[in-house]
Amino acid sequence: MAEQSESMLSGYRVLDLTDEKGLLCGKILGDLGADVIKVERPEGDAARHIGPFYHNEPHPERSLFWFAMNTSKRGITLNIETIDGREIFKKLVKKADFVIESFAPGYLNKLGLGYKALEKINPAVIMVSITPYGPTGPYKDWKTSDIVAWAMGGEMNLVGDADRPPIRMSGHSQVFLQSGSDGAMGALAALWGRWSTGQGQQVDVSVLDSAAYSSIYYNPGPWARRGGAGLFMKRGVARQGGHRTTNIYRCKDGWVCYSHGGSNRLSPSLPLIKWMEAEGFTNDFLKNFDWDRPDFATMPQEEMDQVEEPTSRFFMSKTKAELLEGCVKYQIMMYPCATAADMLENPQLAARGFWVRLEHPELHDTITYAGAFGSFSEAPIRITRRAPLIGEHNEEIYGDELGISKEKLLTLKQAGVI
Amino acid sequence: MAKKLFEGIRVVDFTLYLTGPLTTQALSNCGAEVIKIDTRSQMTGGGAGGQPMQTNKLSATLNFASPRGLELARRLIATADIVVENFAGGSLKRRGLGYDDIKTFKPDIIYLSTCMQGQTGPYSSHAASGHKLTALTGFDYISGWPDRPPSYMAAYTDIIAPRYNIIALLAALEYRRRTGKGQFLDMSQYEGGIQFMAPAILDYSVNKQITERAGNKYPYAAPHNAYRCTGEEMWCAIAVFTDKEWLSFCKVIGKPALAKDSRFTTLLARKENEEELDRLVNEWTSSRSAEDVMNQMQAAGVPAGMVENGDDHIERNHQLKHRHFLWELDHPGGPFFSPAGVHFQLSKTPYELQRSPIFGEHNNYVYKDILGLSDEDIAQLTQDGVIG
Repeated sequence: MAEQSESMLSGYRVLDLTDEKGLLCGKILGDLGADVIKVERPEGDAARHIGPFYHNEPHPERSLFWFAMNTSKRGITLNIETIDGREIFKKLVKKADFVIESFAPGYLNKLGLGYKALEKINPAVIMVSITPYGPTGPYKDWKTSDIVAWAMGGEMNLVGDADRPPIRMSGHSQVFLQSGSDGAMGALAALWGRWSTGQGQQVDVSVLDSAAYSSIYYNPGPWARRGGAGLFMKRGVARQGGHRTTNIYRCKDGWVCYSHGGSNRLSPSLPLIKWMEAEGFTNDFLKNFDWDRPDFATMPQEEMDQVEEPTSRFFMSKTKAELLEGCVKYQIMMYPCATAADMLENPQLAARGFWVRLEHPELHDTITYAGAFGSFSEAPIRITRRAPLIGEHNEEIYGDELGISKEKLLTLKQAGVI
Repeated sequence: MAKKLFEGIRVVDFTLYLTGPLTTQALSNCGAEVIKIDTRSQMTGGGAGGQPMQTNKLSATLNFASPRGLELARRLIATADIVVENFAGGSLKRRGLGYDDIKTFKPDIIYLSTCMQGQTGPYSSHAASGHKLTALTGFDYISGWPDRPPSYMAAYTDIIAPRYNIIALLAALEYRRRTGKGQFLDMSQYEGGIQFMAPAILDYSVNKQITERAGNKYPYAAPHNAYRCTGEEMWCAIAVFTDKEWLSFCKVIGKPALAKDSRFTTLLARKENEEELDRLVNEWTSSRSAEDVMNQMQAAGVPAGMVENGDDHIERNHQLKHRHFLWELDHPGGPFFSPAGVHFQLSKTPYELQRSPIFGEHNNYVYKDILGLSDEDIAQLTQDGVIG
């Protein structure tokens, strides 16, 4: 076997104390090659109870959310609310480069484990704190959740139907993945800074900020004051001009995202029209239509209807897979609304070797995971380790590394420390 | 003044629209010298001339499609640490500015290409935008109501991609510091976006289950929705997960008896009678302002947040103000508001946003100070349309 090159973050140690709000941060650092240790409370993290579950059996060792967010980590259990637990944690911090946490503001300070205390133990340590609203300020003690952050962050203002409430995305939380990845971004920025100062620092990520960063470029407000641009969205309105533009059409086996924009650079109509004409989908109106007409965005609804009518018929004659192939062939700015099933069948992802298979010996199964977030020529991402079981690496870390004897480990276990 | 975080790092920036500019803005905000290569024919995209995404950057105009322009681009890159581009896959390669060209004269360059579906594979050259890619990544399908079509979620992947791009660049800087090696970072916006679908991917790969649209329902919470408040299009999201939050909620709405109503005492009961519960909540919220609802709920420990827009972020959100989330910056084209390109605050190396450049504002710096061209050369190149 050829010798493997170093990873991006080979040699760095991360202690991951996060919950749902920050799990992705440690996964990213781990996938990049850092040695990430997930530190869980003795009964296992609460995020292990988030569905969906392996074979739909709710169990802390079967949460697919947990699986997805904890690849490339080892796992230990530790009750940092006990005095022994705190001492062990401090020992671990001595050799750590990063501590990432998402406790309520002030919680770690109360335990004597805030940044100021950890900095004394290890001046180089970088502490990433992911909180709902930030460590200070008028909302610092407020509660968050995915839907609440979608609302306050502004993403919710943009989406949904005019006759129903604004919506969040269904399924797992999106905003906590935003804040988690923002934590990883901050961790690496602080690492760069460490090489000129020798010092670590505290990275402050707020879920509200993360959500607001995600919507600000669409949300009417700051930019509109400068005369605005085409990006602004209004809930339930697909374009504010002379007509409504359909963005999501039905196709033979699902839906496709396409919008007629005339000669608009981001939604040109002609490439699709050419394909439609090649297959006989047109009407008298389209045959004489001037696609360069400057008033396309404001043309009346009756005219737009005549553009969309053969388009709808055309899409109904095609499957999602046919539309995906066609949009590449005819260079159309369009993609089908894929489901997870479609993505797992996608030819491009297969050709790039995107999917990763990880063994789960305890389940006697091998599971297909989403692969690397980027392809790097020198130090590729390697996702080689499935999420840890509860306390799976206690012996490795406490015994082999910290040299805690078997007898002492037993005592600590009985005392509820690990 | 203390050294800025990325001081001394030079980035040559061939990006436009959203993903690319947001990627390099994280570096420019933290002190890297980001030189944006502008061509007159390019559409900057992104509203207000794209200004809010170009803070702290320099602008040099250059027609790098011309032979002399290409040569200047290469000479500039030879002085740089990082190149970032977001043309359609393979496009810069054809123009002689691909990674393989650059590394012949700048072997330790960190070169990041970000496009729809990556630089290899059968669909690599397909040009589209995040507005459509968001559908291919599955986000549209899971957004909306069970009885209606998927929702158009705009360019959601355009705000995921910069996050992973920035992470890749910072990791590559660290790798170069350790090993002296540069590298090529091939970033597919599709593959980055799928990271945010990871649990749903597993649900299919393991259970053959497809995540479906569920409106605002969430399996472990009720009430869990956006509720109508006074005023036009004013809403407040409320999420009640625990029994404790439920008791507090009932107190806030002045109906402590509701907590004992058998239709709602347990989470299971609340989920079963969620429509009725939503009706009751709406009854209470619809005569109150969204801000009042949010404040009262949060004061009682119930997660709640009003549905805000950009103006709210400037004027009403006291927390964002406290955190200086938006910066008001002067600009020759008129003042504008901008968030930072970085999504975090560092305790020891704070960043400061400065206005975005106007077209070609730094031509002199780039062509004279960095590349050593004479005034006559610059005048000639400008006259010939290579610069400007």
